Amino acid sequence: MELSCPVPRAETERVLLGHGSGGQLMAELLGKVITPGLVAPGPAEDAALVPFGDGQAVLSTDTFVVTPRFFPGGDIGSLAVHGTVNDLAMRGATPVALCLAYVLEEGLPIDELARITASVAVAAHSAGVPVVTGDTKVVGRGAADGIYVTTTGLGAPLPGAEVSAARGRPGDVVLLSGPIGCHGTAILSAREDLGFDSEIRSDSQPLNRLVARMVAAAGPELHALRDPTRGGLASALNELAAASGVGIEIEEAALPVPPPVAAACELLGLDPLHVANEGCLVALVAPPAAGAVLAAMRDGPEAPDARVIGAVTAARAGRVTARTLVGSTRVVDMLVGEQLPRIC
Amino acid sequence: MKYLDEYRDPVLARRLLDELRKVATAPWTIMEVCGGQTHTIVRQGIDELLPAGIRMIHGPGCPVCVTPLAMVDKAVAIAARPEVTFTSYGDMLRVPGSIGDLIGVKARGGDIRVVYSPLDAVRIAEAHPDRQVVFFAVGFETTAPANAMAVLHAAARGLANFTVLVSHVLVPPAITAILDAPDNEVRGFLAAGHVCAVMGYTEYEPIAARYRVPIVVTGFEPLDLIEGILMTVRQLEEGRAEVENQYARAVRRTGNTAARDAIRQVFTVTDRTWRGIGEIPASGLALAPRYAAYDAERRFAVERVGTGEHPSCVAGDILRGTRLPTDCAAYGTACTPRTPLGAPMVSAEGTCAAFFSAGRHRSTVGSP
Amino acid sequence: MCLGIPGRIVEVSAPDDRPDLRTGVVDFDGIRRAVCLVYTPEAEVGDYVIVHVGVAISRVDEAEAARTLAVIRAIPDALAAELGPDGARL
Repeated sequence: MELSCPVPRAETERVLLGHGSGGQLMAELLGKVITPGLVAPGPAEDAALVPFGDGQAVLSTDTFVVTPRFFPGGDIGSLAVHGTVNDLAMRGATPVALCLAYVLEEGLPIDELARITASVAVAAHSAGVPVVTGDTKVVGRGAADGIYVTTTGLGAPLPGAEVSAARGRPGDVVLLSGPIGCHGTAILSAREDLGFDSEIRSDSQPLNRLVARMVAAAGPELHALRDPTRGGLASALNELAAASGVGIEIEEAALPVPPPVAAACELLGLDPLHVANEGCLVALVAPPAAGAVLAAMRDGPEAPDARVIGAVTAARAGRVTARTLVGSTRVVDMLVGEQLPRIC
Repeated sequence: MKYLDEYRDPVLARRLLDELRKVATAPWTIMEVCGGQTHTIVRQGIDELLPAGIRMIHGPGCPVCVTPLAMVDKAVAIAARPEVTFTSYGDMLRVPGSIGDLIGVKARGGDIRVVYSPLDAVRIAEAHPDRQVVFFAVGFETTAPANAMAVLHAAARGLANFTVLVSHVLVPPAITAILDAPDNEVRGFLAAGHVCAVMGYTEYEPIAARYRVPIVVTGFEPLDLIEGILMTVRQLEEGRAEVENQYARAVRRTGNTAARDAIRQVFTVTDRTWRGIGEIPASGLALAPRYAAYDAERRFAVERVGTGEHPSCVAGDILRGTRLPTDCAAYGTACTPRTPLGAPMVSAEGTCAAFFSAGRHRSTVGSP
Repeated sequence: MCLGIPGRIVEVSAPDDRPDLRTGVVDFDGIRRAVCLVYTPEAEVGDYVIVHVGVAISRVDEAEAARTLAVIRAIPDALAAELGPDGARL
């Protein structure tokens, strides 16, 4: 169609904060600017399978830029370990080794760096993965916000695992490991500018052992995994639906939304389905194995409240729909850009 | 949450819908004049559960959407100034003006901060005396007491570095404008519960009487909305045209006296242009002359820079309810929440954005 | 328009010289925030208020809230009557 001047135009020439929020803007940036000519087209996965010796290795990398750096339930150090360990796990891999890189801003208190590093060590130890190498750079004051942490993980595929975002099949059961929205709400509450105060803690935790139990219970019947981090459960489900070419139907009433998460979302006009998580996962499992996987999930500290939230359909491929509380249906869309508190 | 969850009960929702089916014998067109209500209706799919003849039209109830283009352009121009810290409710940041949006200003180095409350903007001004802090005071009557309080606080503290860019609008003149339109199809209104929590509903009584339309003050949860629709349809079926209050837990007939006093003290009624509709007499609030020192438009003399709306945007028809987003050629193609051509696609509560995020694409409307 | 969320007042305070400038802490199911209570002079600790952008605009009337629900509950459940007690799910 013809667009004549004057056109109210959206910003297209600069990177926006919203480009980093795990929603449509980010997908656009990756698809148009970053992946072409760099990565072969294929389903968007959390980690890559690469040929390695006679077998395969799994690789993943992630950079962490959270504000505030310390929040209830974690800090940028533990988050950096859990994030990469979990991305490996979402490909059915057990973590073998981690690399750690810091970008430090001139003026960062050494004590803070020590606390963050200690937190990295505790998190890596509890996930059972060694930090084997790393790098540290310092930039001038104002050139970075305190500290950025990058972790790169090397993983080994779990025996029997055939997990891929593209393996969802019609009929699959959709499982969710735990309550949603806790990480994003904890971060919001810890940010001074909103003036919120709560006891809610981030759900940040390693999911590698949970995934190992699930793979042991189901083998190749465990089709797809995703940890709904930035962009929330809505983005994770949309990515799975797109990568697998299937539809996903969820039951809104089945979603575990803790009261403080629901309250923060009501206050700021956000959708709990768009709020970030750092310690839960969503799984697509063939129906015969669903019971065993659910039992395996609940048999551990990470997912005592694991539950069925929906099913995969052949209809409406690439789309996620929710049955609403009052019994109607709606499409669950990805977050567009940055989550902005609204008044109306 | 208490006072929210009880009003989302699926069993009671079905009972109300059953009752509505019994009561409704003729087709009726009803407008909700509140973006929050539009959001609940579309997000919960309530309109799809209504009896076939009951049609909901989503009125000009999103303050972000009706903020005039010229005002967005002024905000963008002020926010780009190096001495300014521009504070705003989050939903104004993506509204396209004719020279860009506030998010774009931020990406180019502008100091733009999202605040939850206008009182937070006052605090920022106190903490940063070296900055000119401007707050973008948009909204309906609901938001006016808070915005008035920010001005009163700033005045009490003698803050010389705090101003507000005011673009307030009022609901009753908009309802009257809709009813006066020759092609009006709306036979009943759901009035916005939180607007009435502040203003009461005596203003609506002459409108209901003069135009013979039922007006039901309605809350925001699924049960509130279905009951509000039921009460409206009952009146229509019985030939009544009264103001009724479904949202009695929060709304008294005379509203909130203290809040209304503050609005009267700080603001004065003015003519206001509504984006997509045009100028409506006495439909807005501007700063009262005695608070002129806090007027950002005076402090930062901004020339009108904008030109006009996108020619293919039918926002006016959509806000007046004569067309649905899915009737618009640009909807979902050239115009999406990512690249909005008009205001109703911007805020989550804008009719077009609410339709889009609920997956109501032109090709799928009407199919199961 | 106008997100207004009910929360319970857990604390009320005011400057000694300006008892009318009341602020309070309001609890929203585990999220607490400072809220301006100037427009709801009648609201006390334990009361629920509707909060919009950090300002309480109305005190929730508990009796009216219960009455609204009672009216809806009084509508006979046609489907449940047909299906019996186990069929009362949507």
